[in-house]
Amino acid sequence: MIPIVFAILAILTLVSAVAAMSFRNLVHCALALAVTFAGLAAIYLQLGAPFIGWAQVLVYIGAVAILIVFAILLTRSAEAPKEPVVSPGWQTGVAVGALVFGVLTLAILSSEVAQRPPSAKPEPTVRAIGNQLMTRYVLPFEAIGLLLTAATIGAVIIAMSEVIKRQANTSKSLDDRPSEEASKS
Amino acid sequence: MIPLYWYLILSALIFAIGLAGALSRRNAILVLVGIELMLNAANLNFIAFWRYGPDSEAMGGLMFVIFSIAVAAAEAAVGLALIIVTYRHYKTVNLDKLDTLKG
Repeated sequence: MIPIVFAILAILTLVSAVAAMSFRNLVHCALALAVTFAGLAAIYLQLGAPFIGWAQVLVYIGAVAILIVFAILLTRSAEAPKEPVVSPGWQTGVAVGALVFGVLTLAILSSEVAQRPPSAKPEPTVRAIGNQLMTRYVLPFEAIGLLLTAATIGAVIIAMSEVIKRQANTSKSLDDRPSEEASKS
Repeated sequence: MIPLYWYLILSALIFAIGLAGALSRRNAILVLVGIELMLNAANLNFIAFWRYGPDSEAMGGLMFVIFSIAVAAAEAAVGLALIIVTYRHYKTVNLDKLDTLKG
């Protein structure tokens, strides 16, 4: 990748990530987060992983960002609050973040692996990825399908309105009653 | 060609931004956004190491990112459902006011 392209994408990603974490208005935060995801998707495309790049666009920009906007609107936190948006001990949080970054950078710069040149440009076609998913990685693939199903059902049941749950319970107990009486008699 | 450590430092920066945001913001949704940023930083590391690895025909890095994206999507769905239920119960998503368990 040409360095200037990387620099533009990196600056876009970093600025929008900082914006996503620091805007007062939560809807603006969600929009900045979508820009961050788009920048990361462009970096994946430049790195020679087009499938991952488009999956990132579909899953993160298409689903996760929209889900976050829905959550913001459903919890009525769209307008900026009067009180400060950061916790009282926010300096500690920022300091921990800076410390983690410092340690990671030290480790990266002192490592020999980080100086390595890229290998020959790979061409991972979607066909090759599908082949691998269906042969070598078929068990994790099934497991992730199960996990996604469980998470979807779980999310629906957790967020289900209490009234609907109560109605379901009462109708079930009404159904149960005749059978219990029948078993007693 | 760009050396590998540029990607690693970019990823470390995104991770640090996400961590600082998740630790310091008051709104529960923004904490979840910070966690998503940290997961994305990890994904960038996987792709960069795969691209710069000795054998890029082996697609372990790519596969790991596919599974990681799926797990992150599941996590976001369940996390936001939990936040919505919390809001319905306490009428707030401000983490400083959710202190019922505090002794």
